Amino acid sequence: MIEALFFYLFAGVMLASGFMVVVSRNPVYSVLFLILAFFNAAGMFVLIGAEFLAMLLVVVYVGAVAVLFLFVVMMLDINFAEMRAGFQKYLPLGLIVGGILVFELVAAMYGDAFSKASLPVASEVPNTTQLGGVLYTKYAFLFQISGLILLVAMIGAISLTMRKRVGVRRQSIADQNSRRREDVMEIVKMPSDKTKAKDDAAAGSVDDK
Amino acid sequence: MIEFLTQDWILELGWIVAKIMVVIGPLLIAVAYLTLAERRVIGFMQLRKGPNVVGPFGLFQPFADALKLMAKETIMPAGANKVVFMIAPMLTFILSLVAWAVIPFGEDLVIADINVGILYLFAISSLGVYGVIMAGWASNSKYAFLGALRSAAQMVSYEVSMGLVIINVLLCAGSLNLSAIVEAQRGMWFALPLLPMFVVFFISTLAETNRAPFDLPEGESELVAGYFVEYSSMSFALFFLGEYANMILMSSMTVVLFLGGWLPPFDIWPLNIIPGPLWFIIKIMMVLFVFLWVRATTPRYRYDQLMRLGWKIFLPFSLIYVVLTAGFLLVTDRLPTVALS
Repeated sequence: MIEALFFYLFAGVMLASGFMVVVSRNPVYSVLFLILAFFNAAGMFVLIGAEFLAMLLVVVYVGAVAVLFLFVVMMLDINFAEMRAGFQKYLPLGLIVGGILVFELVAAMYGDAFSKASLPVASEVPNTTQLGGVLYTKYAFLFQISGLILLVAMIGAISLTMRKRVGVRRQSIADQNSRRREDVMEIVKMPSDKTKAKDDAAAGSVDDK
Repeated sequence: MIEFLTQDWILELGWIVAKIMVVIGPLLIAVAYLTLAERRVIGFMQLRKGPNVVGPFGLFQPFADALKLMAKETIMPAGANKVVFMIAPMLTFILSLVAWAVIPFGEDLVIADINVGILYLFAISSLGVYGVIMAGWASNSKYAFLGALRSAAQMVSYEVSMGLVIINVLLCAGSLNLSAIVEAQRGMWFALPLLPMFVVFFISTLAETNRAPFDLPEGESELVAGYFVEYSSMSFALFFLGEYANMILMSSMTVVLFLGGWLPPFDIWPLNIIPGPLWFIIKIMMVLFVFLWVRATTPRYRYDQLMRLGWKIFLPFSLIYVVLTAGFLLVTDRLPTVALS
């Protein structure tokens, strides 16, 4: 009973916030509603007993990806009127894509994909262990490949944004630490007798006054 | 429906609420006294006395501060986004409290003993950035916004190396459950074999809580007060309380991961009669003292140095250490094993 209550709460808030992501006038609100949707998805994961996936969803999507979204969206200078002008033009395309997704989901629901048999079986072993058990044995290669794809994406992003500018003074801590006293400092022996100091004073140095 | 309402879940709910109150009440008092301890400790380190007038040894100072804050006027900047502006401090404060649900104060002394406790803590601590960034954006002020941007970049950067440090601990403990992690340290605290990671983790917690020497988001000299510059009265107080509650939370995370939680240093007579929760609190206080000590003795980092430390030193170092730890455990056949299926 309570579980069902929570399911409808999470599902309802998720759908509502998903809708708000699309219709919000302010893109910052869109991202904030997206975060709310992520949260409710995590709550649904907890309800079916997949606590590891729930935490991962929060750590990866809410804690990292959405922060960067928010970061970018907040700094954008968007003309809202211009953005809404394209609405009519893109509506058919959006409806087609949405229609295909709904069709696929319904087809999967009445097919075998969501049958009870594929639901996780509650067991004593925590699902973190279970996930690790298949991820590093049965799907080890797929796991490695997805890691490699991410690595390529990362290197791509770095090589796209990295630029060498001339005339920028950069701090090189290794250089700073490897400086030795002999390279940068010279001890000069100065005569310290009084006659010389007196000569300087007589020559009218202002320092004394 | 009547049956549903009269079931004993109401009793259960009451019990849970009572447990939450038992944690939150002392926590808020601890937060209040942490602010006093900070001012006193830094005062002594700088050869001053610190606040010592209100009550004996200045012990009533936190209450005087709280009264003063409550009596002040809440100011809403004219150009602010009102909804987000009010949500931000609440979010910061709530996030700093909900994480305490999984902290084990002693054997079986935990509100929610969940399997993925450490991930939950990690997730909640990574959400702290939202309060900051929302406050900065909603204030509609240059200083607040710059402070928020700095803070967001900083917290995301240091989370990465924190995650890798946590993997080191998990490799040794073989569980994501915080009580199990503490139990795994019965022979030796993880601070000893993982000493470099302990240091990296502690420095990362300093950055994560925006404390000196990484307090650039609120660098007074350039940003006035950073992201909460436009806040006043209780909304400011919520940020303030949230920051200090986060400090205590991070200290307790350090204690659970590296300093053996509620376990005594040695399982010998005079030490093991002290109850576990007391050990836990003593250790938290020691870590907090180091927080204050660092603040009193180190100058603030420059922003590029901060980013360099996070990405170019801590990240590769903790990654290499993960490989080393895993390799060592594999070779010496000490990897914790778990039953599959």
